[in-house]
Order: sequence, then C-alpha cells, then structure tokens
Amino acid sequence: MSTIFGIPAPALYGQILIGLINGSFYALLSLGLAVIFGLLRVINFAHGAQYMLGAFAAYLLLNYAGIGYWPALILAPLIVGAVAVVIERTMLSRLYSIDPLYGLLLTFGLALIFEGMFRYWFGAAGKPYAPPAQLSGGINLGFMFLPIYRGWVVVASLVICIGTWLLIEKTRLGAYLRAATENATLVQAFGVNVPRLLTLTYGLGAGLAALAGVLAAPIYQVSPLMGSNLIIIVFAVVVVGGMGSILGAIVTGYVLGVLEGLTKVFYPEASSIVIFVIMAIVLLVRPAGLFGREE
Amino acid sequence: MAVGTQYLAEQPRPRALSVVFGAVAIAALVAAPFAVYPVLMMNVLCFALFACAFNLLIGYVGLLSFGHATFFGGAAYFTAHAVKVWGWEPLAGILLGAAGAAALGLIVGFLAIRRQGIYFAMITLALGQMFAFICLQAPFTHGEDGIQGVPRGHLLGLIDLNQPLAMYYFTLAVFLFGFFAIWRIVHSPFGNILQAIRENERRAISLGYRVDRYKLGAFVMSAALAGLAGATKAIVFQFATLTDVQWQMSGEVILMTLLGGIGTLIGPAVGAGLVIALQNYLAASDFPVTVLIGIIFVVCVLVFRRGIVGEIMALMKRKTG
Repeated sequence: MSTIFGIPAPALYGQILIGLINGSFYALLSLGLAVIFGLLRVINFAHGAQYMLGAFAAYLLLNYAGIGYWPALILAPLIVGAVAVVIERTMLSRLYSIDPLYGLLLTFGLALIFEGMFRYWFGAAGKPYAPPAQLSGGINLGFMFLPIYRGWVVVASLVICIGTWLLIEKTRLGAYLRAATENATLVQAFGVNVPRLLTLTYGLGAGLAALAGVLAAPIYQVSPLMGSNLIIIVFAVVVVGGMGSILGAIVTGYVLGVLEGLTKVFYPEASSIVIFVIMAIVLLVRPAGLFGREE
Repeated sequence: MAVGTQYLAEQPRPRALSVVFGAVAIAALVAAPFAVYPVLMMNVLCFALFACAFNLLIGYVGLLSFGHATFFGGAAYFTAHAVKVWGWEPLAGILLGAAGAAALGLIVGFLAIRRQGIYFAMITLALGQMFAFICLQAPFTHGEDGIQGVPRGHLLGLIDLNQPLAMYYFTLAVFLFGFFAIWRIVHSPFGNILQAIRENERRAISLGYRVDRYKLGAFVMSAALAGLAGATKAIVFQFATLTDVQWQMSGEVILMTLLGGIGTLIGPAVGAGLVIALQNYLAASDFPVTVLIGIIFVVCVLVFRRGIVGEIMALMKRKTG
C-alpha cells in the first residue's frame, strides 16, 4: 500500500474528500451570509437554522407527501425562502436604521425559536435521509473509492457557487444589487425598488442555505441542531475570508474545509479547532481578512 | 452608532433616591433566603453578577461579546479543579478562577478588539466555541461528565459553607463586591473614556486616547468579573460542566442584559432574576425553554430595546421632565 508522509494514501484521499464536502457546505453558507451582509448589513444568525429547515423540508416532503429528492432540491429552498421573505418584511426591515448588532440578535432569537420547535417536535436524534437511487453506490477511481453522492455534492455546490457569483457579477439584477450595496439612496433615486431588492436578497440567501441543507441531508443526518454548530464554524470562515468579496467567501470555504480534513489525518486532536486557530492567526496578521477591505 | 447608545446615557439622578433604593434592595437581598429557596437565590445572584459583568462591555463600551461563557464556565472549571483536586480553600479557589478568566479575557480580547461591531461578535463567538472544544477534550475537565462533587469547604478555614445561610451570605457578598466594582469602574475617569469610545471612537482616537488599550482593559475586567460569578457558581452547585462554556450560555447572558436594560447598572441583574425564575418555572412543564428565550429575544429587539429598567428610567425622566 502506498503511503504519503507515512500516511496510507487511501486514508489521506478519504480525508481530503471529507474536507472537500465540509468545505462545500462552508462555501455555500458563507456565500449566503456574504450576499445578505453585502446588501442588508445584517449577519444572519438564522442561517444555520435555515440550513436545518431546508434539510427538514426535504425530509418532511419525502415522508409526508412522498416527494423525492429532486423536487425537494427546488421546493425546499422556495419554502424556506418564502418564510425568510415574511421574516424580512415583518421584522428585519424595521431594524435597518439602527445598529446592525440588533439584526444579529433578532436572527439569533429566530434561530433559537426554529431549533427549539423542531427539537420539541422531532427530538434531538438525527433522522436518516437516503440519497436518490441515481446517486447511490460508488465508483472506484483506481486510487480511492468515491461514493457517487459525495462526488455529486462537491460538483453541485461548485455549480451553485459559480452560478450565484455569475448572477451577482454578470446580470442586470446583480448589477442593481451591487449598486445598492454601494449607495442604496442613489439607486432608489434611479427608480429601483430597493426595499424589494432587500427582501429578495434575504430570501435568496436563506434559499441558498436551504439548498445546502437538502444537499447535506443524505450525508449528515437530519437533526434540529445540525445548523447551529455549523454556523459558528462558518462565522470563523467568514472572518478569515472577509465579507468584501463573494469569490473570497467561496474560495476560503473550500480551502478551510480541506485544511480541516488534512488536520484530521495528521493531528486528529486539533481537527475540531483548526479553523478557529487559523482565524486567530489571520486576525493577528491581516485583521481585515484575506479578501476583505479595511472599513 | 453603538448598541443602545440612543438610550443609554446614565442620567445623574437624585443621589438620595439612589441611596434609598440601594438600601432597600440590599435589605431585600439579606432577607431573601427566609422567603425564597436559598439555592435559587444563589443561582440568581451568580447570573446577576455575570450579566452585570457582560453589561460592562456592551453597555459602556458598546462591544457585543458572544463568547462570555468562556470566562464564566472557564473560571468554574479552574475553581472546581483547584478546590477539589488541589484541596484549596474556597475563597482562594474563586480568586484563582477569576484570575484564570482574566487571563483568558486577555487572549480573547487581544484578538477580538482587532475588529469592530459585527465582526467582534463573530470572533468572540468563534473563540468561545474553540474554548468549548478544548474543554471537551482536555483531561482535567473530564469531558462530558464535568467536575463533580466539588467540596464547599470552610471559608478561610473558619466558616462552614455547607450551611445554606453561610453559603448564601458569602454569595451575596461576592455579588455586592462585583457590583460595587462595576459601579466604581463605570463612574471612574477610565469609565468615562470607555463611554467616550462607545459614543465616538474616532473622536476618542483623535483626542489622543489609545482606544485599543482601553477596550482591552475593559474586556479583561469584564472577563474577570464574569469569572468571579462562574467561580462562585462552581462552589455553590459543587460542579463545573460543559453547559457553562457553551454558546447557548453566551446567548443567555445577552438575553438577561437585553431584557433588563443594556447600559443600566441594575438592569442586567433584574433580567437575570427574570430569566432564571422563568427557567425554574418552566422546568416542570414540557414547554421548550429555548423557544421562549428566542421569543423574548425577538420581542425585546423589535419593541423593547431599552429593556425593563431602561423603559422605567425613560418613563421617570419623562415625568420629571
């Protein structure tokens, strides 16, 4: 059996794959956070809860309506996005004129409500969600065994990230969004409905989180607390990357995921804290984050 | 604008009124164990001090720490270990816990003050989570079990803290000491500079103040006082567990402060009393406490940002003109 730095090659590749998968979710979630923060100036603490809601939506659609994985991939983000639109219209929009920390506290409270209710209804234990038949099984790549679903998650998340980036950088809607980020008053004066843009953005960000949740459902189990621990790591990812750039958020997500996977191989005890350690180092060396701008 | 600045400025109130109010409050606290279950009151006092320490940062410097559980729970571990394994006298153990929390505060604060506002909150949250992971894995914390069966011991070798009343009055003394320390800090020149930083950081810099040092100083003091509360709680309940270092605890102390009134001296203590009473009340039912805490958060942020004490003070101010 071949070894790399004294580690059996399959174990190394396996951990890199797990790192890429985790990195996919870090990237998807920090992308959504960055999109929301860019325009709304709110850190969406409910992002983890919305990811959990996406996974639960897929689970409930399957078990109570017989709707499978593929439709859920569309429906769950729409449902969660719709809930988010209501939240933005009724609550979040009242807080834009005051300190952004209140937005953080509001979404923190909402996250507690969602998690508490789902825990009350479904218990804390994880629920299995089978991957669709087309994506089950695996293929032997010669140097390692690749479960097809995991390969799909990496590819799908890359496509979603690049798609979102293109949406923001290359379309008219994206141009409005970027312009409103720079100067909302001016954009409104040009006849763009900025409040609607804000609502749409929050819905889009929450929908992205829900989409990540559906992708995650077959890999991690569906549980009420699946989002809250993840979101804290994603916050660290966001601090490392800086929220100035969408592309930065994506790249940082994947890189930190892989670094975490590698740590699991070489020094497993540190794997749960490595991202926080990297965050601390980045704060010492480059406080604005790797891709961030000093404000 | 920093959190709550629009409401916070402490108004100079008639001094006599404050003194009367303070005397009544202390008398009530002294009499409390004869009316209320002492352990419940001790729990309230520990959390009240924790919330007041947290408020020193959010209310008077405008920094929202989402990682204060690190200092509260970390100090509980240090004290429990010193008293149980090393056989230290309880007061020495508590002081060690507070000193340990101050050291943690120095590390976390040094990193976190490099960013402001929302980033500060996220960094403290992430570092707090890191500390919770370390506590889960470090051998001396005993992982999921925590440190159990910590002896209360004899205070200074003289007073038996196993007596509920002795334990209560000791806890009350610790709380009053911490509360007085916060009052002193807020009303000192140092405290005035902190509030100047909260109001307008750039102006404070241009006036020649080394803002970062003041922030770090306030952060360490807040951490040490939060540690004092956590250390005392470890002696009262005779254990230290992971619950006290996790992010949910950081969230709870934010709620207590928000509910009572950010930037008011006694607001956080009132908030702590209410939240603990509520948890105590709901413990018997199967209604999920997290949901209620979340609802209170949302209601406070949307309609009630001054908190209970803040609203009362605003009302009194309007009446007296």
